[in-house]
Amino acid sequence: MQATSQAFQRNVSAALQNPALQKALKNIKIGFVRKRAAAVAKLPEFELLRDAGCELKNHVLDHLDFYLERFEAKVIESGGQVHWARDAAEANQIVLEICRSVNARLVTKGKSMISEEIGLNEFLEAHGIRPVETDLGEYIIQLRHEHPSHIIAPAVHLNRDQIADAFQAHHAPYGFTERREEPRALLDEARQVLRQQFLRADVGITGANFCVAETGTTVIVTNEGNGDLTQILPRVHIALSSIEKVVPTLEDVSLLLRLLARSATGQELSVYTTFSTGPRRRDDLDGPEQFHVVLLDNSRSGMLGGEFQDMLRCIRCAACLNHCPVYGAIGGHAYGWVYPGPMGSVLTPQLIGIEVAAQLPNASTFCGRCEEVCPVHIPLPKMMRHWREREFARHLTPAAARFGLGLWAFVAQRPKLYRLATNLGAWLLRRLAASKGRIRSLPLAKGWTAWRDLPAPQGRTFQQQWAARRENRL
Amino acid sequence: MSEIREQILATVRRGLQRGPLDEARRAELEVRLAHPPRHLLPARAQGSHSEQVALLIKMAEYALATVDQVARMDDVPAAVAAFLARERLPTAVVMAPDAELAALPWENQPLLRIERRAARDGDKVSVTAAFAGIAETGTLMLRSGPDRPTTLNFLPDIHIVLLPAERIVGSYEDGWDLLRATGEAMPRTVNYITGPSRSGDIEQTMQLGAHGPLRLHIVLAGA
Amino acid sequence: MTTSPPRVGLFVTCLIDLFRPTVGFAAVKLLEAAGCVVEVPPQTCCGQPAYNAGDRATARSLAQQVIAAFEPFNYVVAPSGSCAGMIKRHYPSLFADDPDGRVRAEQLSAKTFELTLFLNDVLGVERVDAHYAGTVTYHDSCSGLRELGIKAQPRRLLATVAGLELRELEESEVCCGFGGAFCVKYPELSNRMVSDKAAHILATGADTVLAGDLGCLLNIAGKLQRDGATIKIRHVAEVLAGLTDIPAIGEPEGDE
Repeated sequence: MQATSQAFQRNVSAALQNPALQKALKNIKIGFVRKRAAAVAKLPEFELLRDAGCELKNHVLDHLDFYLERFEAKVIESGGQVHWARDAAEANQIVLEICRSVNARLVTKGKSMISEEIGLNEFLEAHGIRPVETDLGEYIIQLRHEHPSHIIAPAVHLNRDQIADAFQAHHAPYGFTERREEPRALLDEARQVLRQQFLRADVGITGANFCVAETGTTVIVTNEGNGDLTQILPRVHIALSSIEKVVPTLEDVSLLLRLLARSATGQELSVYTTFSTGPRRRDDLDGPEQFHVVLLDNSRSGMLGGEFQDMLRCIRCAACLNHCPVYGAIGGHAYGWVYPGPMGSVLTPQLIGIEVAAQLPNASTFCGRCEEVCPVHIPLPKMMRHWREREFARHLTPAAARFGLGLWAFVAQRPKLYRLATNLGAWLLRRLAASKGRIRSLPLAKGWTAWRDLPAPQGRTFQQQWAARRENRL
Repeated sequence: MSEIREQILATVRRGLQRGPLDEARRAELEVRLAHPPRHLLPARAQGSHSEQVALLIKMAEYALATVDQVARMDDVPAAVAAFLARERLPTAVVMAPDAELAALPWENQPLLRIERRAARDGDKVSVTAAFAGIAETGTLMLRSGPDRPTTLNFLPDIHIVLLPAERIVGSYEDGWDLLRATGEAMPRTVNYITGPSRSGDIEQTMQLGAHGPLRLHIVLAGA
Repeated sequence: MTTSPPRVGLFVTCLIDLFRPTVGFAAVKLLEAAGCVVEVPPQTCCGQPAYNAGDRATARSLAQQVIAAFEPFNYVVAPSGSCAGMIKRHYPSLFADDPDGRVRAEQLSAKTFELTLFLNDVLGVERVDAHYAGTVTYHDSCSGLRELGIKAQPRRLLATVAGLELRELEESEVCCGFGGAFCVKYPELSNRMVSDKAAHILATGADTVLAGDLGCLLNIAGKLQRDGATIKIRHVAEVLAGLTDIPAIGEPEGDE
């Protein structure tokens, strides 16, 4: 996917002026935020489980090589295959070769952010293989030639009219010629259309929420059941994972499952949690004949041991998106690449380069709500600040901002000069405000006064007044 | 291929500032894998068996499954037939060719037309047996096998699951221990199922029956 | 038993120093009423703007300046969760490679508090001697709330202000969109956030909105007043100290 993160400011303007998007975003606050709060309130152990989840993921990262090797060995032992990929190109090529080996024409897909990360759909299409997304939201945006705007609710930016338009435009060949608008009717239509794809597909591709080293098992979590139909009906199942998704044991998965759905959708547990181990067994009546796992690195290994290692604890629940006031104002597309919201603002610079993604870690007030709800205590604001430090060190910070900061720093490090400057500033701002108490327009602070008045200083600075008071007392 | 693998593992180790793990550390991790330690379990997953049965029903219903209770396993076929009649559902049923199900007196329900096989498109009603019930979230645990095809859990519109009350446990961990105790290898597929299929992808309004079953009906036997 | 009264160094904060000295005097009044000796050493800024801009060197230099100026006191108190949070939660990390500096930063961190938290939790002040005839609503500023745990303290103290009724604000824990330089780097985004905040504030029907951080208050006042709202905006310390006979934030003089 071509990143548009450099155009973040333009994307923000467009998003704020898009009434359909703004209407859709209201659903997030009402839906995800309240449901998570309710689910957390029902599990008294939730805070302790967060601590344990954080500790577990740290343990995994400290021994990542060991658990990856064990996972691979166990997959092979159960009759599956493991493919390692350093980057997107290698991962795409691996998938293509597997598809070609069975002359695949049609591929069904469960929702996978790794697939988005490597641009798999575009790649397969360019090589004559038709990928069909089967998660309802993911399917809708595929019809609209869009990318997900949210990591667990890909079509959260759309309303029913837009979905109805997309279905009407694409479903006539399946016998649906009438426009339907009710969510129930739209869902039934998608169910019938996609059922035919499930049954015809040659290969099914899913993501993996977890890879279990103990058993060589991949785990997916869905509510629709699309991931299951994707992986049990075709002859070949390919699970796309990244290296940090490995966990040691089924007990460890149990812990993370208690955190995941509650943090994500506010459910006690998602409807379907499926543990897949190898291909179909002898005498099985169904299931895939081949089971492949692609383990993607894509610069994650480079995060180990550095200031971004904690990001690898992420279990992709999207709580940080759902609670972020910036995400809530602009939605996911404005971020300009696959991963939006706070987790994306930390991860994207690592994956596509800080030069391209420079805006993202800056577009935060550091309000801290993301860290407050993260089920594995990822210090997201701290890591966004680390990116800002790298930008500053590499002179990627815009020149005007750098100049202003430098001037301010020069003065702030000289208290006497600072007092002179603030005395003058207070006097000047009061002159500008005249007797109105506030300033409506200030040429050097347009960013402020374009939208807000600037309250004027009351009079002399506190330090001036305090000094005068001291003198009077003496 | 293996070159790429080695390179990734080398980068991992470089980041962790060490070479391959030493023997002592490996041995500790082997123990952790062989005897998986449990993390904190929610108190709600640790009640008495009768509390777990009550919790399973409550949580399954919260997840929008329906639950019927019968006293004995032999009462299950009548309960299935009664459920289908009550809900005006088709009486053609696809059933897992599972010995546990086969042992029940289906012959006493002449109105049911039963086929024992994997699911096909167009099947309306399936009947399978759960390996365990997990009370903490009202979750059914099902495992695949030659007599337990997984497609039955997903393709039909109505999924009816037999759950013997004696196999209700508190936590996910209890479910895994029960599975390990069978001495069998990890099944190809283990499904946790918590309520019927659903989607919230259209304006965040929840609709049931996205791709999997529209209804999940649990017949709890022996409670 | 007699002990000498605690010596408190008041960290005024640069915004209060420049825009709203009344808040500084309100803090002094509250601290003195609670038995503290208050001093105001020469000061500039805690360094947070540099820290959040990625300029660690400047942030550290300013931190050293603050540490040197405030080390002699028993306590450092700031009428701001943001600046107190900077000193308390972030100063030590600026000295990761300087053990001596880190020790000094940690010592300062340990004795630094936000005003309402210091009064209520540390000094055990349970009531204030103030009167305010009106209905107020309260915005929880992010740093104070999440870095320092300030939630109940200002409410406990406000509950003892005669004549005051507190009406809770919908989404009181959601950021107002100030965020320091954020509000001028991303003005449209900031505007959206503060517009939502303003709408929630007006929906309470309160006649005054309070908060514990002047940055948020300037942002909220600027938005409400640009939109023509007449609700008053004040720092919580002004109300607690009874210094409300002067114009509220952004109000012209003689308008009261």
